[in-house]
Amino acid sequence: MLSCAASAVRSGPSTLFRGVGLRGMATGQDLKLPALPYDYDALAPVIIPEIMEIHLTKHHQAYVTGFNNALAQLKDAEAKTDPSAIVGLQSALKFNGGGHINHAIFWKSLIPPKAWPAPGREFQPPSGPLEEQIKATWGSLDTFTAKFNAAAAGVQGSGWGWLAYNPETKGLQIATTANQDPLQPTTKLIPLLGVDVWEHAYYLQYKNVRPDYLKEIWKVINWKEAGDRFAAASKV
Amino acid sequence: MAPRAAHELPPLPFPIETFEFHWGKHHRAYVTNMNNQIQGSDLEKLSLEELIHKSWNNGEPTPVFNNAAQTLNHTFFWESLSPNGGGEPSGKLAEAIKKEFGSLDKFKEEFGAAGATQFGSGWAWLVEAGGKLAIRKTPNAVNPIVNGEKPLLTLDVWEHAYYLDFQNRRPDFIKNFWNLVNWDKVRLG
Repeated sequence: MLSCAASAVRSGPSTLFRGVGLRGMATGQDLKLPALPYDYDALAPVIIPEIMEIHLTKHHQAYVTGFNNALAQLKDAEAKTDPSAIVGLQSALKFNGGGHINHAIFWKSLIPPKAWPAPGREFQPPSGPLEEQIKATWGSLDTFTAKFNAAAAGVQGSGWGWLAYNPETKGLQIATTANQDPLQPTTKLIPLLGVDVWEHAYYLQYKNVRPDYLKEIWKVINWKEAGDRFAAASKV
Repeated sequence: MAPRAAHELPPLPFPIETFEFHWGKHHRAYVTNMNNQIQGSDLEKLSLEELIHKSWNNGEPTPVFNNAAQTLNHTFFWESLSPNGGGEPSGKLAEAIKKEFGSLDKFKEEFGAAGATQFGSGWAWLVEAGGKLAIRKTPNAVNPIVNGEKPLLTLDVWEHAYYLDFQNRRPDFIKNFWNLVNWDKVRLG
C-alpha cells in the first residue's frame, strides 16, 4: 500500500556512484531524490496516485540524475579549466537543477486534507501575517486564487506558477517561470508556494484542461508551509 | 483584400482514436483561440503563414503567435504521420539524407536526440535550410519558417503528444514515431 518514496532513491546511476566522482574523487554531495511527506494516494481525488508516483519517481528522479551527471561533468571541466565545456553545461545545470529545486518545493506546497488538525475541514486557508498580507495585496483569498490561476493557466508550454515574496518591495506577488527555471536564482523572488503546470503534472487525470487542475489543487495546498516561508523571508 | 472566412480546423488525414485529444482538443483550441484573437481586426485578412510571420514580430511574438503557429505546427504534424507509415525514404530524399547525415540511422539518431533534448515543450524538425537538409529543435510554438527555413518533417514533443501512451518515456515515443512517419509527404526543393 505504502509505496515508500525512499525506495525511488535506489534507482539511477547517481546513487551507484554516491560519494565517488567519475574520476574516483570523493564528491559526497550528489543531489538526492527527496521522499514525499505523504503517500502517493494521499492527495486523491485532487491528484491521483498514478500521477504522484510517476511525477516523483520518473520526472523528479530524472532531474536529480541529470543534475548529478551535469555536475560530475562540470567538475571535470573545472579541473581542466575548460571554459567552453563549462559554459556548455549551463543549460543542463539550470534545467535539471531547477527541476529538482522546483519539485522539492512543490511536494511541500501540497498537503493531504486529512493531515490538517481540524477534522472535517476540507480546506485550510492561510492564517496570520500571510493571510493579512494576501488580503492587503489582493483584497481576498478568492481574488488571489483567480489571479494566480489565470497566470498559471496562461503559461505557454511548460512552467510554474508561484506565490512569491519580493524582498525589495517587501510585498507578495504572483509570478510564473518557464520550463524548469527556478524562481529565486533567476528572479530573486522568494517562493512561498509553487504549482507545477507542466502537462506531466496533470495530463493523465485532467487531460488538456489545465484550468480544472488549477481549480482543484487549492484543496490540497499547504498554507502552513507558505506561512512558514513567508515568516522566514520577511524576517530578513 | 476581402476579409477571409475564419480559419477552419482541417480534418485529420486519417482516423486514429488516440488523436481525439491531441487533434480534437489541443489543435482545435489553438484554431478557436486564434480566430477569437483576430476577429474584427486586419489580421483576419492574412493567410495562416502570413499571420505567423506577422505575429512572430521579429522574435518578440505577439499573443496570437502561439495559437497561429501551433495551428500550423499540428496540421503539418498530422501530415508527417500515416497509419501505413514507417519504412524508409526513397529517391532524392533518401540520397539527400545519406549525403547530409551519412545514413538513415544516423539521421534518426540525430533527429531523435533533438526531440529528446528539447527542454520543456517544443518540436523536432527536419528542414531544408540554405539548400541543405538540417535538423532543428524549437521551443513551444516556434516553427522554422520564422527563420526562413522550410519544414519537411516534424515531431511534437510537448508532453500532451505522448503522455497518455508513454507517460514520461519521451524516447520511446520518439522511437515509435519511425513506425508512423510519412516519408511520402516529405517534399524536397
